[in-house]
Amino acid sequence: MMSADTMTATKTMNMIEAINSAMDVMLERDSNVVVMGEDVGFFGGVFRATAGLQKKHGKTRVFDTPINECGIIGVAVGMGAYGLRPVPEIQFADYIYPGLDQLVSEAARLRYRSAADFICPMTVRTPFGGGIFGGQTHSQSPESIMTHICGVKTVIPSNPYDAKGLLIAAIEDNDPVVFLEPKRIYNGPFSGYYDRPVEPWSKHAASAVPEGHYRIELGKAATVREGEALTVLAYGTMVHVVKTIVEELKVDAEIIDLRTLLPLDIDAIEASVKKTGRCLVIHEATRTSGFGAELAALVQERCFYHLEAPVERVTGFDTPYPHSLEWAYFPGPVRIATALTKILKD
Amino acid sequence: MPETDRRPASNLPPLSLHIPEPRYRPGDTPDFGDIVVPAVDATPRPSEATKPDAMRELCYGLVRVLDFDGQAKGQWDPKLSPERLRTMLRYMMLVRAFDDRMFRAQRQGKTSFYMKCTGEEATSVASTMALDRGDMCFPSYRQQGILIARDYPLIQMMNQIYSNRGDHLLGRQLPIMYSAPKHGFFSVSGNLATQYPQAAGWAMASASKGDSRIATVWCGEGSSAEGDFHSALTFATVYNAPVIFNVVNNQWAISSFSGFAGGERTTFAARAVGYGIAGLRVDGNDPLAVYAATQWAADRARTNSGPTLIEHFTYRSEGHSTSDDPSAYRPADEASAWPFGDPIARLRQHLETLGEWDGERHEAQRAELENLVKTTQKQSEKLGILGHGMHQPFETMFQDVFEDMPWHLKEQCAQMLAEQEAKFGPDWKPE
Repeated sequence: MMSADTMTATKTMNMIEAINSAMDVMLERDSNVVVMGEDVGFFGGVFRATAGLQKKHGKTRVFDTPINECGIIGVAVGMGAYGLRPVPEIQFADYIYPGLDQLVSEAARLRYRSAADFICPMTVRTPFGGGIFGGQTHSQSPESIMTHICGVKTVIPSNPYDAKGLLIAAIEDNDPVVFLEPKRIYNGPFSGYYDRPVEPWSKHAASAVPEGHYRIELGKAATVREGEALTVLAYGTMVHVVKTIVEELKVDAEIIDLRTLLPLDIDAIEASVKKTGRCLVIHEATRTSGFGAELAALVQERCFYHLEAPVERVTGFDTPYPHSLEWAYFPGPVRIATALTKILKD
Repeated sequence: MPETDRRPASNLPPLSLHIPEPRYRPGDTPDFGDIVVPAVDATPRPSEATKPDAMRELCYGLVRVLDFDGQAKGQWDPKLSPERLRTMLRYMMLVRAFDDRMFRAQRQGKTSFYMKCTGEEATSVASTMALDRGDMCFPSYRQQGILIARDYPLIQMMNQIYSNRGDHLLGRQLPIMYSAPKHGFFSVSGNLATQYPQAAGWAMASASKGDSRIATVWCGEGSSAEGDFHSALTFATVYNAPVIFNVVNNQWAISSFSGFAGGERTTFAARAVGYGIAGLRVDGNDPLAVYAATQWAADRARTNSGPTLIEHFTYRSEGHSTSDDPSAYRPADEASAWPFGDPIARLRQHLETLGEWDGERHEAQRAELENLVKTTQKQSEKLGILGHGMHQPFETMFQDVFEDMPWHLKEQCAQMLAEQEAKFGPDWKPE
């Protein structure tokens, strides 16, 4: 998984630091990389993901933008056509919608419509997901909107090591990538129990991050936990939540962290489900037409005769993300345990 | 809701909603007598470094060079050589000959769609001629004049229009949505005004790299209402981007007159004022004025003096596209009533006034260009016309979605090839 030049010193990093390090490495290596977005320059981003980068790499490489997501993505498309490799930040995934036409109709289609006369090597970074009392406009999970666009890759890391390697691979990719960062786990993995203390990343093995350049290939899932009883397909924050619950319930689950939703690692999914015969799909996003629907369809198309129970989905509800009732909305321990009981009973 | 509940106690008249309405509809006699036509030398030419707030009146005036007697006058006269003027005339005449031929080809059923730029040739040809060859153009869909003025091969344009075997875009794009990177011509989208922030971004990239090339972009007055227009002007002014924004105000967006983009209230050039960028309003049917304004804006951009918004005041003489019927919503003879005439006729008159052109040469050139287009068309048609559309290997449908084809597209491609074989047999090849 690691390329040859990765055997540099490692450092303990949380996800923010790992993401910052990925951009730092790429700004250093490739003079065409530019980082931009609302508050990302002098201030270093509202989540600090770009802290120090402007000071180190200069104002024309790392800069603030107007509050205009259509402009941020549209300008990045033009920069890509010039030959730059822009890494725009959308401050919250909830704000990406004003830029969606530039993403769907322009960035995603430019290579196709011009028969590769022009390409769009852009990586849109954006924090997503709930669990921080962000209310309906700072908590959404729009990944299935992204995967429904043809021509965009969708990547979601679940730990510091993956975040850096995947982000470097995304920036080096010659196609547009939407890099969704699960903001709830920026500072530490989340157990799913909002009323327990947060564990810092430093206690987690994946916080050992090489300081230099390394890539994690897009389109490859990771097996977080091997097991025989069922396969759990998860990504982002939910990888940690579901791992906590299955271990508490002593369920011998195999947990697959998808890491890239598109292109999807179908081989890893198929191999695991054929081995376990049961499949639970979990995401924080709303249920109807969520990415879980795609996963459930793929599993039944490819593994139907190996299945011993219907594919089960654990998701957020089809409501806006509520502010005060956040933990009633979140697919937490009770919802997961109920689904596990159901899928394992036959 | 009862009337009494809806109206507060007040002696004010009820509110009324204004729905813009063009002055003339089919059957009316158009009269543009109220359009202010300033004298040719009434608009001073400021220095290219002038601060935007010191030249606001240019957003409300009209840059003109040619008077209606064919004389070039005033500070904006670019003083082009007769040779250069003849080249400009030739390009505009070639655009018109090409448009006429391709429009007819669509009517003959050889392709699905075409868009003419009749009456607006100057806004792309003269504009492009005032740029450097390396400057990047982000066109909308009616700027075929850019390609013609940069000597892009006509046959490539036709192959694209026919989606035939020679179409380098592999039949993926609607006719006229060209892409020509070597000619500094960005891929035409079809979604309106999306190219505006992209041009600002290209210009920002060029500036950040210390390059000398600038970007230019076109949209219509109708699509200046898009949010992308606002995004682009905001980014351009914030970063002082070396970009020229062209708004081709041809009065009509399909059937919606310019009033639906705010044209009843102010000029489109005046949009520049709010952003603090330079604005010029130009007689878009005066090729020398278009050239001069573009040259001014290009010099300004190239010297880090900032972006410019140019409104080209013109008239769309024909329908929006082959799918449009303008006689359903405007008087048939409105174009002939347009007070600024026709750009080709005006440049011809100017050259004749200079003694550098005559009717005989004009007719000979028209015949030569019509013949050139016709001959090229025959060559293009040897590579196929749209017809059933299946001129490319089917698998090209799945290429270029990504640089490398992921498994799900490979699977879908295999499915499609199986469908192809079921329908056409194993030996079928694209025609």
